[in-house]
Amino acid sequence: MASYETFEHDVLIIGAGGAGLRAAIEAAADGLKVGLVCKSLLGKAHTVMAEGGVAAALANVDERDSWRVHFADTMRGGQYLSNARMAELHAKESPDRVRELEAWGALFDRTKEGSILQRNFGGHQYPRLAHVGDRTGLEMIRALQDHGIHQGIDVHMENTIVSLLKTGDRVSGAFGYEREKGRFKIFSAKAVVLATGGVGKAYKITSNSWEYTGDGHSLAYHAGAELIDMEFVQFHPTGMVWPPSVRGILVTEGVRGEGGILTNSEGNRFMFDDIPELYVNQTADSPEEGWNYTQGDREARRPPELLTRDHVARCIVREVHEGRGSPHGGVFLDIAWIKEKIPNAQEHIRRKLPSMYHQFKELADIDITQEPMEVGPTTHYIMGGIKVDADTQMTCVPGLFAAGECAAGLHGANRLGGNSLSDLLVFGKRAGEYAAQFAADNGEVALDDSAIEEIAQQVLQPFDNPEDGDNPYEIQAQLQDKMQELVGIARSQESLMQALEEIQTLREKADSVHAIGNREYNAGWHTALDLDCLLTVSESIALAALERKASIGAHSRDDFPEKEEQGAGKYNTIVQKSQDNTMGIRREPVPELTEEYQEIIDEMG
Amino acid sequence: MEKATFRIWRGDANEAQYVDYETEVSEGMVVLDAVHRIQAEQANDLAVRWNCKAGKCGSCSAEVNGNPKLLCMTRLNDLPLDQPVTVEPMRAFPIIKDLVTDVSWNFKVKEKMKPFTPRPPDEEDGTWRMEQEDIDHIQEFRKCIECFLCQDVCHVLREHDLHDEFIGPRFFVYAASLEMHPIDTENRLEELKNQDGIGYCNITKCCTKVCPEHITITDNAIIPLKERVVDQFYDPIKRLFRVFSS
Repeated sequence: MASYETFEHDVLIIGAGGAGLRAAIEAAADGLKVGLVCKSLLGKAHTVMAEGGVAAALANVDERDSWRVHFADTMRGGQYLSNARMAELHAKESPDRVRELEAWGALFDRTKEGSILQRNFGGHQYPRLAHVGDRTGLEMIRALQDHGIHQGIDVHMENTIVSLLKTGDRVSGAFGYEREKGRFKIFSAKAVVLATGGVGKAYKITSNSWEYTGDGHSLAYHAGAELIDMEFVQFHPTGMVWPPSVRGILVTEGVRGEGGILTNSEGNRFMFDDIPELYVNQTADSPEEGWNYTQGDREARRPPELLTRDHVARCIVREVHEGRGSPHGGVFLDIAWIKEKIPNAQEHIRRKLPSMYHQFKELADIDITQEPMEVGPTTHYIMGGIKVDADTQMTCVPGLFAAGECAAGLHGANRLGGNSLSDLLVFGKRAGEYAAQFAADNGEVALDDSAIEEIAQQVLQPFDNPEDGDNPYEIQAQLQDKMQELVGIARSQESLMQALEEIQTLREKADSVHAIGNREYNAGWHTALDLDCLLTVSESIALAALERKASIGAHSRDDFPEKEEQGAGKYNTIVQKSQDNTMGIRREPVPELTEEYQEIIDEMG
Repeated sequence: MEKATFRIWRGDANEAQYVDYETEVSEGMVVLDAVHRIQAEQANDLAVRWNCKAGKCGSCSAEVNGNPKLLCMTRLNDLPLDQPVTVEPMRAFPIIKDLVTDVSWNFKVKEKMKPFTPRPPDEEDGTWRMEQEDIDHIQEFRKCIECFLCQDVCHVLREHDLHDEFIGPRFFVYAASLEMHPIDTENRLEELKNQDGIGYCNITKCCTKVCPEHITITDNAIIPLKERVVDQFYDPIKRLFRVFSS
């Protein structure tokens, strides 16, 4: 066989956002040889885009908060489809994970007493999100990065993994290429952690960048792991809608947390019109009460703008469909109005939401301290993903772990804002810890050379395809259009069946896309290679969405508007590769909640 | 639809040229949108780094009409479109291909700097108490998105190529964020003076002007660090004190 550069690690971590970095730091703590593969440069992963904050029941602002309340909030937000054990671990451990960041140099905004300040966010009963203005993700990734570079981790920047390597049942490494010269790299490892983030690039309107093509989901699927609840894709209610070139860029929920309101073209605060049963007791019944809540009044209940993201997104779509939208097909998000309530509102907004001010000023010529923004839903996050053990984060493939957005279980049918940054810290650490333990307990595995040769051939195929083969960008754009149209916020049997057919057609075309030029930093070739991942995750989302014949959380079926399918009980959908290499789907019942969990949920109302 | 011409630097370290591409432009577009459209329709193998497309990650640094800019935050309606828009890579770093440069030197520089070293926690739960007003200025430094445009524009690196003796504005900002951190206990002044070349900076403020995060690099980070270096190494009273105390 041809010889490729080979790197030997005890633990290989694929993905260098918050979860990957946190896993790497943990795995390196025992002196193991750890490799960290980043698709981009270090510190550029999407964690950097997280704005509002990291959820942790520190109880610095409201002493009534505790892990039990955070647990109950997460379970309710996820419509009780979450893995309860994960929700428990997450709620219990996130405070320590946040505090630890300050030991590594992070600096969160402070309370008057000098401890970490926390803000309100949708679905969280008390002010719970530790934050730095509206650039919390940057603070977190930088703290992890600046600490991580001193832990003896081998960082492989601008490398993409195209396949996991297995020896027998066990994962034994990964095959990738480096962007600069297009050379292949072989990584051998005793344990592998996937931390590749999301799948946003499967959709046309998204807050995600080019990297988020579902690599980890697809790598795990092809290696035999299970994907759970893939139908739950979060459409964040507030993305920019104008101008067209910035459509989809995120507008933080922090705007609403600071008192921002949603209105339609008639000036009506439409979120008051539809408050779901589960949340009636927790929601303000007047604008005044809602405002008081955002200003820290402990007796007030939260404004309906801070209901869960799935619900807010659906309400916005309803307003637009019924002809009450803004000029460019969104609704209005207004923070400027708070000048009626507080002095120095302009300065206050710029201090609390500096990057939102900057973003609208520079990209849309809008001064958010003076006029409302136009916003609409944008594909933001996938709750579904690689099925893992709650405690260890190991998949059903021995030695293969997953953490962060590409893993699943914590968020159920809908993720609460702020629970992603805490998810990646808590479960990134656990994945690193247990991957290290697995590596220590299990010996070397030899790589399978023939498999490597086969992968190498496939990876070079786009260069060898006939020159009249499709342009990879075109296939990607067609897929994004179809997913947006057919597997978006509103779905039906018909749209999903059609989506599956379209995906099949595009897969055939993808096999013959042609890459021009050579292997050096060739974006067209890279796009061609990402197509397989995008098609795999798109198919799994459509298939799972077809399987769930009900509307719950982020998944809405026009043909099944009710929350529960009759007689179906609560279940998770599981996608797994079948013996004949086709994509299989099945249901697994959600385990009954233990008495202890049920008590906490009942107690929290 | 209106059209505009983009004169893009194409090639690698061995061979390169400007290539003109005409493409459609529409309201609100930024230079990165135009580069992407050209990449998708006319030049699939065009190399450009980008991620967030919202000025938050600092990946798409390049030079537009000769000015160091983030491609994602440079709007076409701020540029004269009656003439070609020149897009070329940063000039202070080795070229990889097209608009992509080898910025790995920056990562090596940071790794060599003394890491954050906090004093023991103030509280039993492992936390520290800090006043907001004591961290405001550090939070300004921590806004840095590591786009390295300040490094690109700095003449010490760009023209004099002193990458071995001078760490550049980005890492003075980093050093300042550590040195002024209320709970950090490390001292980095000797390195700043002897290895990091802070003396080479003659405060022309070019870095401050190009910073997309509007960090006042020179006034708030570099000058105070220079003052601390002077205080520690050149203050006659302190020197006398050191002679007697050693």
